[in-house]
Amino acid sequence: MNAGITRLRPATAAGLLIVLFWAAMAAFGPLLAPHADGGVMSAQVFDAASRAAPLGTDYLGRDMLTRILIGARYTVGVAAVATGLASLVGTTLALCAATVGGWTDAVLSRLLDALISLPSLLFALVVVASVGSSIPMLVATAAVIYVPGAYRTVRALAVNIVAMEFVKVARARGEGTLYLMRAEILPNIVLPVLTDFGLRFIYVVLLLSGLSFLGLGIQPPYADWGSLVRENIEGLAYGAPAVIMPALAIATLTIGVNLLVDGLAGRRGGGDGR
Amino acid sequence: MSPLARLLAARLASGVLTLLIVSLLVFLATEMLPGDVAQAVLGQSATPDAVAALRAAMHLDQPGWLRYLLWLRGLLTLDLGRSLVNGLPVASLIGSRLPNSLLLAGLTALVAVPVALLLGITAAVWRGTAYDRVVGVLTVSAVSVPEFLVATLAVLVFAVRLHWLPAMFYGLDLRSPGHMLLVFAMPVATLSFVVVAQIARMTRAALTNVLDSSYIEMAVLKGVRPLRLVLRHALPNALGPIVNAVALSVSFLLGGVIIVETIFNYPGLAKLMVDGVSTRDMPLVQACAMIFCAAYLLLVLLADLLAILANPRLRHP
Amino acid sequence: MGGKAPLVTVEGLRVTAGGGRSVIVDDVSFSIARGEVVALIGESGSGKTTIALALMGYARAGCTIAGGRVRVGGVEPIGLAPAALARLRGRTVSYIAQSAAAAFNPAQRIMAQVVENALIHRLRSRAAAEARARALFRALALPDPDGVGALFPHQVSGGQLQRLMAAMALITDPALVILDEPTTALDVTTQIEVLRAFKRVVREQGTTALYVSHDLSVVAQMADRIIVLRDGVVQESAPAAQLLTAPAHPYTRSLLAAAAPAPRQAVALPAGAAPLLRVSGLVAGYGPPDARGLPAVPVLHDIAFSIAPGSVLGVVGESGCGKSTLAQVIAGLLPAARGSITLDGEALAPRAAGRTREQLRRVQIVFQMADMALNPAHSVRRILARPLQFYHGLRDAALARRVAALLDMVRLPQALADRLPAGLSGGQKQRLNLARALAAEPALILCDEVTSALDTVVGAAILDLLAELRRELGVAYLFISHDISTIRALCDQVMILYAGRCVERGGRQVMQMAPMHPYTDLLLSSVPELRPGWLDGMSATHLAEAAGGLTRAAARLACPFQPRCAVRLEDVCDRVPPPVQPLSKGASILCHRGEAELLRAQATAAPLHASAD
Ligand SMILES: Nc1ncnc2c1ncn2[C@@H]1O[C@H](COP(=O)(O)OP(=O)(O)OP(=O)(O)O)[C@@H](O)[C@H]1O
Ligand code: SF4
Ligand SMILES: [Mg+2]
Repeated sequence: MNAGITRLRPATAAGLLIVLFWAAMAAFGPLLAPHADGGVMSAQVFDAASRAAPLGTDYLGRDMLTRILIGARYTVGVAAVATGLASLVGTTLALCAATVGGWTDAVLSRLLDALISLPSLLFALVVVASVGSSIPMLVATAAVIYVPGAYRTVRALAVNIVAMEFVKVARARGEGTLYLMRAEILPNIVLPVLTDFGLRFIYVVLLLSGLSFLGLGIQPPYADWGSLVRENIEGLAYGAPAVIMPALAIATLTIGVNLLVDGLAGRRGGGDGR
Repeated sequence: MSPLARLLAARLASGVLTLLIVSLLVFLATEMLPGDVAQAVLGQSATPDAVAALRAAMHLDQPGWLRYLLWLRGLLTLDLGRSLVNGLPVASLIGSRLPNSLLLAGLTALVAVPVALLLGITAAVWRGTAYDRVVGVLTVSAVSVPEFLVATLAVLVFAVRLHWLPAMFYGLDLRSPGHMLLVFAMPVATLSFVVVAQIARMTRAALTNVLDSSYIEMAVLKGVRPLRLVLRHALPNALGPIVNAVALSVSFLLGGVIIVETIFNYPGLAKLMVDGVSTRDMPLVQACAMIFCAAYLLLVLLADLLAILANPRLRHP
Repeated sequence: MGGKAPLVTVEGLRVTAGGGRSVIVDDVSFSIARGEVVALIGESGSGKTTIALALMGYARAGCTIAGGRVRVGGVEPIGLAPAALARLRGRTVSYIAQSAAAAFNPAQRIMAQVVENALIHRLRSRAAAEARARALFRALALPDPDGVGALFPHQVSGGQLQRLMAAMALITDPALVILDEPTTALDVTTQIEVLRAFKRVVREQGTTALYVSHDLSVVAQMADRIIVLRDGVVQESAPAAQLLTAPAHPYTRSLLAAAAPAPRQAVALPAGAAPLLRVSGLVAGYGPPDARGLPAVPVLHDIAFSIAPGSVLGVVGESGCGKSTLAQVIAGLLPAARGSITLDGEALAPRAAGRTREQLRRVQIVFQMADMALNPAHSVRRILARPLQFYHGLRDAALARRVAALLDMVRLPQALADRLPAGLSGGQKQRLNLARALAAEPALILCDEVTSALDTVVGAAILDLLAELRRELGVAYLFISHDISTIRALCDQVMILYAGRCVERGGRQVMQMAPMHPYTDLLLSSVPELRPGWLDGMSATHLAEAAGGLTRAAARLACPFQPRCAVRLEDVCDRVPPPVQPLSKGASILCHRGEAELLRAQATAAPLHASAD
């Protein structure tokens, strides 16, 4: 493991560290938070950084660090679940379409391609307008929005593999569809599928925090980082860290994932040698 | 019909079909609204007669498929219904905002596309150099940053600290270029930020693909100089993917427009839609969604047609 | 030749890859006199192209010219400034690439690409350059020399593109032309034309040329002198005639031996045995079926044959004639539109999914691209174990024993069992493919070009293995190849395909006895021989036939060979489907012409290609 990390390029290693850091915060953030959630700790709203509140205070005088640590759960966790769902469904459908081909492929591709032509934030807005934005609804919406993308990427990869002769050999041997998907095709596209998962995770984070920023995402009393930016937007006029810090947290998360993904994708070529 | 014409017609038909599916999706999504819309609009105190009258006026007593067809007809005849919130015709609400959004998008495209192409092409030509790596890291970071971070940082620096630019949008005066520059600088810059990165990345990828092909190696071995190599030999072959990249990036632009119009309080269509969503003004949301989708599909379709026309295999079978 | 100063001298050339970690060309020295054609021959990966490109001061991405001197007509390309290099390339030295189809820019018209050289080097005006190009097109025997320039590359056949690229190279009258495997991607019949065109132009213009190839027979027709290369090191360099008749180096001798493979020992078959596989009336193709159930792109037309247990049926034909399609149809990967396939008298379902596991087990398939046929994510052991589990239900110790036995059977060391395919050489991969097929204990193996992607020496070893397995296990093969010498070496029966039709079928002797189907005759006479004068001695009839090539329009005629055929019957062969007729030599052909007529025509078209068996 150690040798593995030192062989990574610096940018990739930095990405990995950032991702691990935020994953840990999503899991243990509330335990590490210096103040109780929701507790007003200062009379000073939109305060600058101080020893008691290293990232300043928000519009009610609450500690921003605590708010961000607790918000990590919503930004990282909700996005991870939604992306996981989207990738799982998209990958399964794509493998199925590529392996079976014919009508299955044509119909699936046609339908999902229509879905892909709905710009994501727009689709989310329409759904929120109609059914509101509970957390399960947000997860489902984000998953539905990104299934077609995952499907398209994985199908393109899988179609290349299906055309390879070792798949023909397996077919001629009499192997079933499930075996072909699981044993012959999937192992050869794991890395790009993971890469795609990473990219999609970024999109979902940006989508959900965008919604929250518009006040249409995660609703109080819960708050993800997008909501934090929104509720403190008035602090902008005073240059309060309360506006910038949550937005920076999102940026570090997405840039971290992207660096990691870029590094993984770059390793695809030489990787499997032994 | 020639094969090329048939291909173009097929693309056109497929575009129309997609738009239909999209309209169905938008309609279904907005029909998921739980409870009685008429009741919701009129409030708890309304008389049953008034509710029934509104239900009839909104065709709520009709079956779903009929309402879909009626709505579709409305879309085609620009009869978009009335806002549930203020009772104004949706068409006129949209009509007053659409030009503003088009202006913003147009200005952004005007700035972003040339910059992005320049970055993408130079990065591809000098691929593997330090310049390429810097552009790579910068564009990766830019696509992963939320627009509202860019916007808030810009406001913080240029409006709050430096007082160079107005933080909010105070109104349009198209006659004064100086005023335009001041007003549009931040919204356009914020939008361009992500779009430039997106297009630059895809352009670099498309061009790199072409530059690695054997006919480019052949051209090098013929003694073709770098500039001619890129402009005459590589770019024409990368045109299709690049045009597609530009069109696809519009979907990013769209997401950005929604955020940017809200932040800068810009009187555009996206702001109108976001307000509609907060007040659950369904006719308004539906109409805005369809306009955005149609615009997006139209651009993708145009890019597709251009790519087909740029492909000599299809043009000269 | 000796007196003049050489045009090209190479001294101690050294090229490394991977940042100097591996040496791909080591201490290579040679020279080329003015007007001389020198051939560089070696197997794939021996560094031929790398050396050729170094003459233009060019190294592919990842390679570095690490040492040595190159002089071309007074210029030293290595280390030259970019601008000076650009002046050298295409002007003093020009290059003809292996695959013209990939080397032409798909977005530009052919004429623009052909004259570009002359324009960027400011040698001629556009009009003068185009006139010169048309003259070259004529000299290269291109059909429609005045119109071809206006076309795009995809509108022209591979053989024509290769000649067009020669025009592109020659338009600047360069001092040196490098031809890098210019005919390797072509079919034998197309190759003849291209070779003849090259040869004539080189002779007429007194061009100095470096001809890179892996094929000794082709080189024998073109070169004055031959340099033999192996692993980046020169093994032998000698005048062509001397090298071919009295090779000094053992490696040259092994190349020569592999170029003309001896027939493997035949097996006595029990006479009158019931056929193992019988195919009749087979029609197949790609694309959605039309109203009559026929595919949109028909490929195979009314194919019929049978294979006796333990025997080998060879299938020959040029690229695209439907050989692989045939193998896929039999394997159940592509359902046939018409016709029947029976195995041991039992009808086989069109799709693999409809066949019983036992039927599937008895027919196995091995592909040309050894590495693409192996799942890169599975170890050698797993690859071999799967069919053993799937067909025989083997597990644990029995499974391990059988895997070991299979590795032995195909002469793979046991130590390879835990490697991934990426860790095997090309020959080892193909052995593994064979072992996987053998694991099923099949009665029939469909071998689709199993040696074509391998170097001749490695391929010869695979042929030996196939012959041995057949002797020991009694397995039958459907052996597909475009290479007649490997077919000759292994097969009992031969079937010759042209445009998806079986034009001739019979015992292996059909390829040595006249009369033949006119296409068989052309195909056999197109196979290059090691004898230097062979190309110049081709009969005019064959040359005319070779010049045609199969067009899309011709493929729809009753006899697709009609436009090329020297003995065609006008208004008959293109309309009336030719009948199957038996010949007294024991073959059957698909032709309107009778035995006597063919015999007469082919006797006069001598020299005959009957080579000793
Ligand atoms: N999947 C496919 N879809 C459509 N056409 C195909 C497909 N595969 C092959 N063909 C066409 O079918 C014809 C026969 O192809 P096939 O691969 O059987 O030829 P082959 O004799 O094996 O050629 P080669 O010697 O190049 O391997 C060719 O014209 C080819 O272009
Ligand atoms: S059928 Fe006619 S055209 Fe065809 S090969 Fe026989 S003689 Fe020639
Ligand atoms: Mg084939």
